[in-house]
Amino acid sequence: MSTGKYDFSIAIGGAAGQGIATPGNIVAQMMARRGLHINAYNAYQSIVRGGHIFLTIRARDDFSRSHGDKLDLLLCLNQDTMDRHLDLMVSGTRVLFNSDDINPGTPASGVELCGLPISELTDNSRNRLVQNTVALGAFMHLSGLDFEILEESTRQRFARQGEVVVEENVSVARAGYQYALENFTPFPIPAPLGEKPLAIWTGNDALAMGGAAAGVKFYAAYPMSPSTGVLHWMAKNARDLGIMVRQMEDEIAVANTVIGAAHSGVRSMCATSGGGFALMTEAIGMAGMMEVPAVFINVQRAGPSTGVPTKTEQGDLWQALGASQGDFERVVVAPFNSLDAFNTMPELFNLTDQLQIPGIVLSDLLISEGTSTVDPDLVDVYPEINRGELITESTGSKEYMRYESTESGVSPRALPGLEGHIHIVATDEHDENSLLISDEFTDPHKRRKMVEKRARKIINLENMVPSPSIEGEEDADVTLVGWGSTYNVIKDAIPMLKESGIKVNHLPIKWIVPLHKKTIEELLSKSNKTIIVENNYSGQFARYLRSETGITADGYIRKYDGEPFAPHHIVEAVKEQLAGKTKISVPYQEIMV
Amino acid sequence: MTITKELGGSAPIELTPKDFKGLADPDWCPGCGDFGVLNALQRSCAEMGIQPHSILTVSGIGCSSNFPGYFNSYGMHTLHGRALAVAGGAKLANHELTVIVTGGDGDGYGIGGNHFTHTARRNVDLTYLVMNNQIYGLTTGQISPTSSVGMKTKSTPFGSVETPLNPLTSAIMNGATFVARGYSGDPRHLSDIMKQAIQHKGFSLIDILSPCVTFNRDNDHSFFKQRVNKLEDANHDTSDWKAACELAMEWGDKIFTGVFFQREGASTLEQQEPVLRDGGPLIKQMNPLTKEQGSKIINALM
Repeated sequence: MSTGKYDFSIAIGGAAGQGIATPGNIVAQMMARRGLHINAYNAYQSIVRGGHIFLTIRARDDFSRSHGDKLDLLLCLNQDTMDRHLDLMVSGTRVLFNSDDINPGTPASGVELCGLPISELTDNSRNRLVQNTVALGAFMHLSGLDFEILEESTRQRFARQGEVVVEENVSVARAGYQYALENFTPFPIPAPLGEKPLAIWTGNDALAMGGAAAGVKFYAAYPMSPSTGVLHWMAKNARDLGIMVRQMEDEIAVANTVIGAAHSGVRSMCATSGGGFALMTEAIGMAGMMEVPAVFINVQRAGPSTGVPTKTEQGDLWQALGASQGDFERVVVAPFNSLDAFNTMPELFNLTDQLQIPGIVLSDLLISEGTSTVDPDLVDVYPEINRGELITESTGSKEYMRYESTESGVSPRALPGLEGHIHIVATDEHDENSLLISDEFTDPHKRRKMVEKRARKIINLENMVPSPSIEGEEDADVTLVGWGSTYNVIKDAIPMLKESGIKVNHLPIKWIVPLHKKTIEELLSKSNKTIIVENNYSGQFARYLRSETGITADGYIRKYDGEPFAPHHIVEAVKEQLAGKTKISVPYQEIMV
Repeated sequence: MTITKELGGSAPIELTPKDFKGLADPDWCPGCGDFGVLNALQRSCAEMGIQPHSILTVSGIGCSSNFPGYFNSYGMHTLHGRALAVAGGAKLANHELTVIVTGGDGDGYGIGGNHFTHTARRNVDLTYLVMNNQIYGLTTGQISPTSSVGMKTKSTPFGSVETPLNPLTSAIMNGATFVARGYSGDPRHLSDIMKQAIQHKGFSLIDILSPCVTFNRDNDHSFFKQRVNKLEDANHDTSDWKAACELAMEWGDKIFTGVFFQREGASTLEQQEPVLRDGGPLIKQMNPLTKEQGSKIINALM
């Protein structure tokens, strides 16, 4: 029953170590179980204790693509949160806080300050986190939700800690609920009930599950934010799913071990962030030269170097395009969101297996650490699996050549251990029979033949994956071109622009290599004004598009402060560009996190 | 002698060293120590009756890393320093393969040093043959991690001032469960050590004194011939790691060869890996998710 009317955002702010995750998870899970669509974004720093964490959870009775623009409820777990963010709150919103410890300051008119006298409501001497539970009780009243829903969630969450802990938490939450009932005004629209319970996941969960669904049985990693969630999912599910998970000494070992396992015939993958990906690049070239299929995920964060480890950016496009020395074949794909990331994994594995080339996934912190709901019926964990031309049984007496120069360029791949198919794979240039060409003399004709053999494999690549298409009205004033994770926020911005009378459509690009040049040229030739949106400073995709197609956009929207775009950033940028004020808009980040 | 090892279910047949001759002829310099290593491995594998197709040789980059091309088995000629990392993945994905890693001192102890440390402590069942010539040969003569103090090379025209790395004590400290030294000038003895190393369940290192006749005139055959002493004659207990380290540190009038240290019965990584407990090698467990597995991971999100 999507009415599109319910659109509620709560932000929870505090310091690392104050237990933001627990109330955040409980709120998200209660909403998801009601069938409401969730999109959550957590702004944090690379510290375990202290700093400032700001978790935004948006719940809608319609598809929730981004964390949105507005807040309805601010839950302050410390004074810092109150001081930083009170000015974000406008008339009609509520601010929940512990009135024992936090001085609320002066809000805008119409903001309801909901102070909770924690020490009066409960014995907080033993557990400082008790304010979070009291606040959750108050949240239930404000959202028009029955207390029993929270009670059930609380009982489930604390069940393992024993009856005493469960009862204590329930009674504390009830005290918060009761106090709110007597003292605070609930929001005018209570949280509705959706069609059916929704699943909740992060983008890293989705990438890992997509790998598992694709038949990955070997996963190696070196921990690196924001990719570590993939490792955690894999490790947690390793035994149940028969996936071997190995933590290695560095990302060089990760990539090389993955290629070793892939050469033995097991679908293998790894995930890292830009710095780790830099260490992996030589091995990615090895996969290209040896023609070993494997998948490397780069969850981008703000760079360069250590950069801003807990912030998002789309700054590694050219790193992926240029990963490793030399000229070789690869696939590079930038999924749009969690569900797309999930679906991309089996698709990419099928491609890399069929073409015997490395595959690179460009995710980013926004997708990978973002939490969202998904209709569980849309998560196909039994996708089609195509392992390409694999020889698994000994056949005939014909002399086997691993790199036989076939018409398609793809040479049937025998796995080590098979009788009658002994061969070497080498990082040195080699002939069809694997002999290194430098073992005789560096034969230029053989070198050319082998370069062309490998290149033939991807001649047809564009037809193997879906081409991009315009989403939205055909006859638009503006075409917004995005790639990867900007998909969701652009989708949210378009109806807002329409409300202001601006017709905007969207050309989202997922496949970076292959880039469907002709299709993109055709589609953009009809555009009245093309604006490229990306989360980096230099316009990496704009430069790539120009280098591949000659297309120069009419305008650019870029953000490189570490925080993702909010829908209104896009809206305002499009407006200022239509007004002729600028060609490059750099939206201002209002929320200081 | 024919030792039968059950590998890949293939029937044991009589093999000769010629069965292990690779597609290419070695392009090593005449007199290179590596010829002795190649001969010794061919002899070892033939005598052990290991079928060529059940062996995977993995190398890095350098003169000695050209090895897989000269040896008849499955082979991977990988990146400089990365052989152990690649070999570990290949072995874990198919532990029915006999995986032999070959390379040089620069490849293994220098650029690949991190993998050397960690592969040893993980006790992956690999046999690592390091052809140690104490020099970078393929780049025409610069110091390596095992070059002696005072050695003059193109990168150290006034003599090296760095203390050389001791591969054997390093390996023992890192948790390797089989640590030996061989000499390529005595292929028969080397072959005996190789057979023990291949038979050993776990990570085995054989550091092989394999002279570079072109770029290292300090440590040539005449240097080693008068110094090499077999440990078998020294009444050494291979379970005693302290004694092993002391003997491994000897680098004067006497340089010992043989098995310095062996820890038997230590679990290999493959034996401890949970997903390999119930079935055969990982490569034979490539099933798509079952209905039960699929529902379980979806339900975990609800």
